[in-house]
Formats: sequence, C-alpha cells, structure tokens
Amino acid sequence: MTQSAGLHEPEDRLTPETIDRHRAIVSIQEELEAIDWYDQRAAATTDPELAAVLAHNRDEEKEHAAMTLEWLRRHDPVLDRHLRTYLFTTAPVTEIEAEAEAGGTEGSGAAGEEGSFGIGGRKGGSL
Amino acid sequence: MNHLLRSHAPVTEIAWGRLDAEACERLVPALAVRKLVDFSGPIGWNHSATNLGRVSEVKAPGDNLQAAQRRVLPLVELRSPLVISRQELLDADRGAADLDLAALDAAARRIAVAENVAVFHGWVEAGIVGIARATTHEPVSLGHEYAGYPGHVAKAVEVLLEAGVSGPYGLALGPEEYTGVVETTEHGGIVVFDHLRQILGGPIVWAPGVEGAVVLSLRGGDFLFESGEDLCLGYSHHDADSVHLYLEESFSFRVATPEAAVALSAGP
Repeated sequence: MTQSAGLHEPEDRLTPETIDRHRAIVSIQEELEAIDWYDQRAAATTDPELAAVLAHNRDEEKEHAAMTLEWLRRHDPVLDRHLRTYLFTTAPVTEIEAEAEAGGTEGSGAAGEEGSFGIGGRKGGSL
Repeated sequence: MNHLLRSHAPVTEIAWGRLDAEACERLVPALAVRKLVDFSGPIGWNHSATNLGRVSEVKAPGDNLQAAQRRVLPLVELRSPLVISRQELLDADRGAADLDLAALDAAARRIAVAENVAVFHGWVEAGIVGIARATTHEPVSLGHEYAGYPGHVAKAVEVLLEAGVSGPYGLALGPEEYTGVVETTEHGGIVVFDHLRQILGGPIVWAPGVEGAVVLSLRGGDFLFESGEDLCLGYSHHDADSVHLYLEESFSFRVATPEAAVALSAGP
C-alpha cells in the first residue's frame, strides 16, 4: 500500500519522476481545498477574531500552493509552456488561446515554443 | 511565427516533425550538462543577461552623490548551421524511413559538445568559467587503468566531503573514459561502472567534449545553467537544391561554489 494514496497504476510501472509529480499534484489539491475550507469558514463565522485567524490561515495555504505549483512547473515543460502563455496576462483568456494556437509570440524561446525541443534540465532523470 | 522563421522554410509539417525528432534523439544523450547542473528557464529569446547580484563602482555624476552599476553575465547565443537536401525532405513526406540526416546529426553533436565544453572547461570569450577550471581543489589523476577509477573517484569524493560538500555526487566522463569504465571489471568480477555508482550515489554521465572526468555535487545551488532559448531548430535560407537550417540556443553558466567539484585528469 503506497503512502501517497491516489496512484492509479501499479507503482512498479511508474518512474520516480512520475511519482514525484503525483506527490506535488496531490499536495496542490490539498492546499487548494484548504483555501476553500478556510475561505468559507472565515465568511460564515460571526466572531471577527476567528474570521481573522481563518483568513490568515487561508492566505498561508495560498503561499504553499504557489510554492508547490512552481516546483511542478519546473518539472513539467508542457505545464511550463501553458503557464507562460496564460499567467499574468490581461487580455481575455480565450483570445490568448486563439493567438497561441495561431503561433503567437508569447514566451518566445520557451519550452514548447515552435521549434524548441523542450529538452530543458534532465538532472535526476533517467540516463 | 517567431524569430526561427520556420514557416518561411520550404519544409512541410511532416518533414519538420522528422527533423525535430532526429535532432532531439541525437541531442539528449550528448547533453551531459543537463544531467548534472541546475537548469533554470528557458526564459525566452529576449532574455539577455543573468543577474549576478553585484555592483561595480562607477563615477558619480556630481558632488554629494554615490553611484554603482549592476553587474550581469550576458547570455551567449550558440548556433550550429546545417544544410539538408530538399530531395530528402520531399522523401520524408513520401514516408521514407532511411532519410539522410547526417548533417543534422553532426550539427547536434557540435552544439552539444560546445555546451559541455563551455560548462566543464569554460568559454573565455563568453565570460564562462568552466567547472574544472573554477574548482579550488587540486586535480586527481585518473591513471591509465580503468580498474583503478573507483579509487580515484573515491579520493575525489573524499576531497569534497573534507570541504563540507555533501552529495549525492555525479561523474562526467569523456567518451573514451566512459567506454573503458563500462567494459572493465575489477578483481572479483565487480563491474567498475557499478562500483562507481555506489561510491558516487549519483549518475555516471557520458560527456562528449569533457577531457578526463569531473566529480561534482548534485545537492543543488552550486552550478547554475540559465537558459534563454532552449535548443531549437530554425530556418536560415534555401536554394533549389537545399535548405539551410540551424540549431540554436542561448544560455549563461556560473559556478556558485567552486569547491563543489573535483577535476580528474587523464593520465598519471
């Protein structure tokens, strides 16, 4: 029985890299769920002091989620490409998608960009 | 379209697919650097310099003013040109399985070796100090006997431990040394390759362009490769018979902890 419940395939069929990405994804899920729980509880309580504590805890979870997401981005070139395309933009999201699929210039030279092999770093990978 | 101008090339999507796959297949085994140092990016083609976090003195423009100028390490652009027959590309569309892509293979080898050499031995003109040159430790001799490599590598690991540099450790081996290690057994039938893995706790990497060998810590934060544009295939121009392409990347490299590596020199 694995310690990280949720593997959908036999562990011996998975690479260490896949299992580590699974750990990160599960962790991000847990952090996002915690944000939602704290958010609702902070909104529902009538005690202002408790609301402040819950809101503080909620925002701590946001930091945890962001840190783990950054780890995942560094280990998933395709996710890296999509985050570079969509995050920190101001145009309507669907317009960004249309431009990206038409060969736009976002993230020029980044992993997944037209012409790039997406090789990136291989430290810790199979040889 | 980006600056690689691929859409201007007389190359079909099928042919681009074959070229990209071939280049990637040739590059990945030879890019020893990517398996041993910290890789950040790719940040993008428009990324021009790495922040060093330091300043140089600069004359203030007036009285009672202080001034400093930020120091950066400019990224270097590395390009490996190649020429492919248009007939071969047309045959790719026909489904030919035996395309002659020797020029692409050679270009991939050139740029991979250049990257390895820059990181392990340095590139003065680009402001890159290689790992083997930056290290503060005396080089360890590899000797002539491959069966003796475990002893030499163990000595290098001991030097790192004495310097307070923790593992796991990796080993970059030149092609000749790598082949020798793979083919050799010690007394008792122990394969040298397996023995080295036990000593290092990390990978043994085939590293074309590396002279001798380098043992380095993989703990992170010591050797920093910053990618602007990761390796890619672009279009230059064409004529009636051939298409001129190039492999390209931009990067910088810094050694943050010189004592985190030991060079092993070939010979006694």
